[in-house]
Amino acid sequence: MITLENATKRYGTTTVVDGVSATIPGGGVTSIIGPNGAGKSTLLSMMSRLLPLDAGTVHVDGLDVSTTPGRVLARTLGILRQENQLTVRLTVRDLVGFGRFPHNGGRPTVLDREHIERALDYLDLSGLADRFVDELSGGQRQRAFIAMVLAQDTDVILLDEPLNNLDMKHSVEMMQLLRRLVDELGKTVVLVIHDINFASCYSDTLMAMRDGAVIHQGPPEEIMTPAVLRDVYDVDIQVELIRGHRIGVYFA
Amino acid sequence: MLLLAVISLFVGVSNVSPAQLMSGDPLVWQTFLVSRVPRTLAVVLAGVALSIAGFILQLMARNRFVEPSTVGTVESATAGILVATLLLPGAPVVGKMVVAALFAMAGTALFLSVLRRIPLRNTLVVPLVGIMLGGVIAAVTTFSAYRFDLLQTLNTWMIGDFSGLIRGRYELLWLVAVLAAVGYICADRFTVAGMGEEFTTNLGLDYRRTMNLGLILVSLISAVVVVVVGSIPFLGLIVPNLVSLLIGDNVRRAVPWIAVFGAGFVLTCDIIGRSIRFPYEVPVGVIVSVVGSALFIALLVRRGTGAR
Repeated sequence: MITLENATKRYGTTTVVDGVSATIPGGGVTSIIGPNGAGKSTLLSMMSRLLPLDAGTVHVDGLDVSTTPGRVLARTLGILRQENQLTVRLTVRDLVGFGRFPHNGGRPTVLDREHIERALDYLDLSGLADRFVDELSGGQRQRAFIAMVLAQDTDVILLDEPLNNLDMKHSVEMMQLLRRLVDELGKTVVLVIHDINFASCYSDTLMAMRDGAVIHQGPPEEIMTPAVLRDVYDVDIQVELIRGHRIGVYFA
Repeated sequence: MLLLAVISLFVGVSNVSPAQLMSGDPLVWQTFLVSRVPRTLAVVLAGVALSIAGFILQLMARNRFVEPSTVGTVESATAGILVATLLLPGAPVVGKMVVAALFAMAGTALFLSVLRRIPLRNTLVVPLVGIMLGGVIAAVTTFSAYRFDLLQTLNTWMIGDFSGLIRGRYELLWLVAVLAAVGYICADRFTVAGMGEEFTTNLGLDYRRTMNLGLILVSLISAVVVVVVGSIPFLGLIVPNLVSLLIGDNVRRAVPWIAVFGAGFVLTCDIIGRSIRFPYEVPVGVIVSVVGSALFIALLVRRGTGAR
């Protein structure tokens, strides 16, 4: 569970995230949606202590992210940002192995090796384990990074636009994978996502942001309505019920 | 590498051969212990440490084309020695080394902070910035040396040379062996830091502290080597890049290879330098520069025509 209280971030005179108070339930997929510049990625970075807060507090599983030692927090919360350019030349297995760093401080044990192999297996990377990350395709690379965060074995996983640069097939696979992380392993997954329909189909909770504030939060049935979406995006979006999923139609 | 070390022991002006050693000639033994052994040790130590320093710096700058002599570290260390020579002429070597190390740290820190302010971190812009920075520092140093009539002295630090290293004058180099070992022990941290600040924070490591540790290690190693041997450019660039191409960058696996390659490379260059114009010597810095710059250009071309 993640609890935000009056979380605020300012850059100079502009307030990017403005006193957000919200609770993200544990054990589910929560998607943060909203227009460009709403403060979604900033809020995610604040939850993960990559960005210091200017005011307010964030607690992840009871730990205050501003004061908890980095290594302790790294065993509770893992984050993956959108841009992951490696200048270091590592194999997939080495990269995934670094997910164990918070647990072993760089000295791997047998238990660590099990975690690494399980993570590789879970993301179907076993065949690529000894390839260098810079030799992989975009989708494979994305999976390798997710495997690293998975090997980190945290209850909470934060992802910033995990579908970036993925084609339709890989996007669907990624969302199914996140679903499995929650359903099979009981993780709490929070992601920033632009595609409202992916968010609608795979999330338990949607969190809609606009102008640095969370203006709506609830299950897809509540958020995926023309009125709410108009409020969030300033666009008229029809919502159709297709095979049990609420799909927004905004292409024409 | 071992073979190279053995060859290095028996290459030199005065005739020292294994057969003579066996016969127990005291004069031969003296040459061997006072000059050859220290020299070979110095070559190995400097080669190992500089290669590792180059590698750590590359991880820190997140760029493959930097090393202590292309980011201003070596130039700053040289400036430091000059200042120490001018202001504290009577200071022992250790004193000069401390001043040189402080200057090296300041110079490297300056480079890293300039890097942080460049929005476009193009692969080639980074070393260019470093080379320019080093050029400015070197220019000021050379000018001051010229004004104080110290150009000759300056040259001995600018061009690495093992010929003056006899027993009693190389022992400071053991310090870099210790520093290189520290680099190895903290190896994983530098790999993590090499993945970027956010990665590092996510894995629960203090990014700034890791960077500072690397800064201190690289600066100290460069300063000691410059004080004792002189500058050996391109070494920290060539060796880690070759190893990276061969086995990748996981520090714990790469560092031993970098150490072996580094020592082997400098040994080879030193032996060439001693044989090419026998009985005279070409300083090792010159040989490494020639061989190194050729390899550097080859690497650049390879990268340029490669996949990315």
